Amino acid sequence: MYIDYYKILGIDKNASQEEVKKAFRKLARKYHPDLNPNDKTAKQKFQEINEAHEVLSDPEKRKKYDQYGTDWKHAEEFEKANSYQQQSPGFEGTWQSNSRPDSDFSDFFESLFGRAASNKGNWQARFRGEDYHAELHMDLTEAYTTHKQTLTVNGQTIRITIPAGIENGQTIKIAGHGGSGINGGPNGDLYITFSVDNLPNFKRLGKNLYTTIYLDLYTAVLGGEITIGTMSGKVKCKVKPETQTHSKVKLCGKGFPVYKKEGQFGDLYVTYIVKIPTNLTPKEKELFAELSKLKS
Amino acid sequence: MILVNDFCENHHIEISFIRSLEETGLIGIITVENDSYIDPGQLQDLEKIVRLHYDLDINLEGIETIKYLMQRMNDLQDEINDLKNRLRFYEEEPL
Repeated sequence: MYIDYYKILGIDKNASQEEVKKAFRKLARKYHPDLNPNDKTAKQKFQEINEAHEVLSDPEKRKKYDQYGTDWKHAEEFEKANSYQQQSPGFEGTWQSNSRPDSDFSDFFESLFGRAASNKGNWQARFRGEDYHAELHMDLTEAYTTHKQTLTVNGQTIRITIPAGIENGQTIKIAGHGGSGINGGPNGDLYITFSVDNLPNFKRLGKNLYTTIYLDLYTAVLGGEITIGTMSGKVKCKVKPETQTHSKVKLCGKGFPVYKKEGQFGDLYVTYIVKIPTNLTPKEKELFAELSKLKS
Repeated sequence: MILVNDFCENHHIEISFIRSLEETGLIGIITVENDSYIDPGQLQDLEKIVRLHYDLDINLEGIETIKYLMQRMNDLQDEINDLKNRLRFYEEEPL
């Protein structure tokens, strides 16, 4: 596909080198990856701008582009014919028809200038490599403890330590594990976003955990002792007499670990739901009726 | 720690540029026995500043503004994430 580099930079075909540079800088300020983190559209746009600048800022490339631009598919034949006639060593690019999936340049660019051309030119700005993004799923149990995990990102195996208390939606950066830099620029970074699912019996909000415990009517009315399962084991808990349904108790320090603050934990909030007995025997019904009479 | 001279040599930049960044408070420089060093923790920020200045021709005032706005953007992103988690907490089926 033919790419109109002039259109990409928004300049006229007769634009001077100064105008090319000015147009590039203006657009680069808008779409530069440093100014648009995690924005794939901006990254794509920036690559287009960069490619357009790479060609139009180099008088030799620009001349070639102007000459063969729309007929770029036939550029190879033109070039061969030229070299036979003139025996000129002028153009050093290697012609390639297949494309690199990770290329920073389009097929159009490589077909016209060759792969080697992407490393040549009179203007060699160094850009950091592409940032990689990955998503890692885990449940609350895994997020509860600091653990190591081996990941394979773009064929690269890395071992990372995931600190306890990682938040759902939180992103951590692994510096230098992104794509390679352009023209000797630094490598990009790897960003891992965590997706932490709640458990059937626990919900998390920040450092606090929430759970629901069903109380039988008699324990709720008369009080007693129950065992509550927390994420760090079972704890015994006293239930006050006349505990109402939906009442809450707080178990201090039994919540979720605080991210990167070793030994600090949130609280566990327990909501009591009082279960009304069903399938009563005649005797039980009789006693409830008696109780009812007492109250009225 | 990274020697300022080494950093400048590697990035083909003037030492005066690093000095001006220190003067504006964009980075900190540690001096040990007449040698100036950069804390490795600042390296990523510093490289970003170098790119913004040399690749995009943005002056120090512009970089300061960008740094402030990027920080605000990150804070807002954290806030969005926190609100999303709160919303999820109330939207999910009760236990």
